[in-house]
Amino acid sequence: MKILGLLVAVLTGCMLLYCAGDFPDWADPNSPASLHVSPHYIEKTMEETAVPNMVTAVLADYRGFDTMFETGVIFTAGVTVIILLRRFRRKDEADVQGDSDSRKGPPDDIIIQTICRFMAPFMQLFALYVLCFGHHSPGGGFQGGVIFGASFILLGVAYDLKTILRRIGARVSALLANTGLLVYSGIGALCILLGANFLDYSILSLILPATGDIMARSHGILGVEIGVFLGVSASMISIYLDLSSHGQLDEGL
Amino acid sequence: MEFIVAKYNYWIVIVLLMIGLYAMIAKNNLIKKLIGMCIFQTAVILFYVSTAAKSGGATIPIIEHGHGHEAAAHAAHEAAHHAAHAVHAIDYVNPLPHVLMLTAIVVAVSTTGVALALIMSIYKRYGTVEEDEILEQIK
Repeated sequence: MKILGLLVAVLTGCMLLYCAGDFPDWADPNSPASLHVSPHYIEKTMEETAVPNMVTAVLADYRGFDTMFETGVIFTAGVTVIILLRRFRRKDEADVQGDSDSRKGPPDDIIIQTICRFMAPFMQLFALYVLCFGHHSPGGGFQGGVIFGASFILLGVAYDLKTILRRIGARVSALLANTGLLVYSGIGALCILLGANFLDYSILSLILPATGDIMARSHGILGVEIGVFLGVSASMISIYLDLSSHGQLDEGL
Repeated sequence: MEFIVAKYNYWIVIVLLMIGLYAMIAKNNLIKKLIGMCIFQTAVILFYVSTAAKSGGATIPIIEHGHGHEAAAHAAHEAAHHAAHAVHAIDYVNPLPHVLMLTAIVVAVSTTGVALALIMSIYKRYGTVEEDEILEQIK
């Protein structure tokens, strides 16, 4: 099996290298990938959406469908992990089994716990900054959401799982993952209700005060990014809760 | 030699791809297979991002003079008054692969989570993560 695998890998690698000869050179400005729609995105983004960060504009506006279903994939992954691992217990049963404070492993370390406790709020603040400044600097819903989720996971690693559950419950995180996707598709549906295509934010200028068509697209992108932020952060927390405790939601790692 | 230097990004990507593929085929341990899958995903991400690069001083895909509250005004008057500020495609790297990979990275994290959950279920059921031992128990 190992020899066969090595043979397959080497053969495929040789074929790929042979084909790589036809690929454009490294950093060639005239490569096909940089010629078709990409110049339009670079030159027209500012005029059409008033968002200086082209990545954000392309992500949430020009390719809004793609991003919506990617958010759906993350949500589905969170739900799948819950279905695979979580043990649902009734309340009285949980009371009998729970409340055993005898933690296995080494004792808690006060230095690690204090530093993590101080770091968590700054991480959350930074996550919100990354979300809000996604229009003007590298950032956006995905990055901010992952940082926000990581701040809770840091608390869970430094303390135990109950610390996360006291701050954001298992139900709440599942609900927030739902809400994120709902915010995204809801903004799309709102565009339909106002008489435009799905996710065509320029029509939002009808309900947003003092905005033209272009700024409405900018604000629509922000709304969608908030949905992505909620979905991603809640899914990350939910996946961590189940993975670290075999779905028992007791003490974790 | 010319072939290697001009296209070295593809060489790195293909080597990483094959390391991942070999790990997925030949390794017996499910966790090691998963690590192989992650290396494979990383190689694909590297491939996409490397196609975005442009030589000749192209910078990150964020428009430089688009900051501040002049931004909206710029958008309206750009063609008329600020010919020097016009955006040229040659000055910025291609944003499209960055967008695609931005979502792909987060999706890769979620799929890794699902894979780990599956492995944990398998371990609970069979008491091992070695592929041949699992196959023997299934027989």
